[in-house]
Amino acid sequence: MERNPSKFWNPYAGGVALGLVLLVTFLLMGKGLGASGATYRLGVWAVSGLAPSHAERVPAIAAVLEDGHPLDDWLVFEVVGVLIGGVLGAITSGRFSREVLKGPTFSSARRIGFAIAGGVVMGFAAKLSRGCTSGQALSGGAAMSVGSWAFMLSVFAGGYAVAYFLRRQWR
Amino acid sequence: MTTIFPIEALSDERRALGMAVAVVVGIGFGFVLERSGFGRAQKLVGQFYGYDFTVLKVMFTAIVTAMLGLVVLSSAGVVDLAAIQFNYPTYLWPMIVGGLLLGAGFVMSGYCPGTSLVATASGKLDGVSTVLGVVAGGLVYAHVEPALGAFPNSGKLGALSLSAWLGLPAPIVAAFVVAIAIAAFLAGERIERMVAGAAEAVAPTGAARKWIFVGLVAVALAGVAMLALPTGTSAAP
Repeated sequence: MERNPSKFWNPYAGGVALGLVLLVTFLLMGKGLGASGATYRLGVWAVSGLAPSHAERVPAIAAVLEDGHPLDDWLVFEVVGVLIGGVLGAITSGRFSREVLKGPTFSSARRIGFAIAGGVVMGFAAKLSRGCTSGQALSGGAAMSVGSWAFMLSVFAGGYAVAYFLRRQWR
Repeated sequence: MTTIFPIEALSDERRALGMAVAVVVGIGFGFVLERSGFGRAQKLVGQFYGYDFTVLKVMFTAIVTAMLGLVVLSSAGVVDLAAIQFNYPTYLWPMIVGGLLLGAGFVMSGYCPGTSLVATASGKLDGVSTVLGVVAGGLVYAHVEPALGAFPNSGKLGALSLSAWLGLPAPIVAAFVVAIAIAAFLAGERIERMVAGAAEAVAPTGAARKWIFVGLVAVALAGVAMLALPTGTSAAP
């Protein structure tokens, strides 16, 4: 099969495929997909290994540890699948390569700095809103939750509010 | 049937099966995201600059596809929609503030938490950096949470669905969402053409798009028609 890194699925067909994956997840698991919850558990696991006595003193970390091993959760297994699926998609499309994605005039070091900073903001935000674009906007949105729709519209609003100030990253 | 794997209540043997299913649906999730272009920062943030509305198209098509599936299966008495909605309680204020922050972080990093995992899987160093940031940000939240007081639980409305909020049956709400989604797709395509200009052709939409729109409308109407069935649980708002 021909590999063309700049060729993507028709977005509407991709959307139907994603919707069907989500629907199957709802039917089998009783809840939808997620992402940030698993990333958080990775952090809890790291803290519990590096500073176990400290972990016990932070309620939001101790609560996860009470339920057993922090990585023994279905969301963590789902994210292992996401990584496998991502690798398969990237290799078969010719998009797998070690690089920094950015505009041509922006330095890699600054781009990495923005990526880390944006990640910190999102990690905080996803805990506050009890889920991210996957668990809250996509899954809760499909389940017609009022809070998930309020979250989703707020994500778009927040993005548009700052986009102008960050435009040099991408040009 | 509500769920085949009520995951919290599984015996060890079936729990292992549930975890295997989690890996399989994750593979589907990651593969579709990658093939839709969600492992690439510029494609994702294009949404916020008007040159590429792929995020809107993929996400809203996915939402209405799964929503229609849930509504139709609920009308047929196969799925308990309320049991699924129970997992998505509303805490209005932290969700709005969290959404605004997450949107800002999205344009800073170029990814959302899920797509940063796909970018990592395709070798992108900005993707891994974002994942590490999300790990750190979650831990920052854990440490400051006691100082936030009652705010994370404010605006508590329970498992409030759009249909309960609007006082309309779920299939009617779903049909409205389909109409809004298709209007948003057409608007997004128009903005793409304006921003790109006539010189740069935006990805062809083709026949697939037309048939997907027709299919979504047809299923939405079928969902509304199923309100006449006696089996449904979705008729009550």
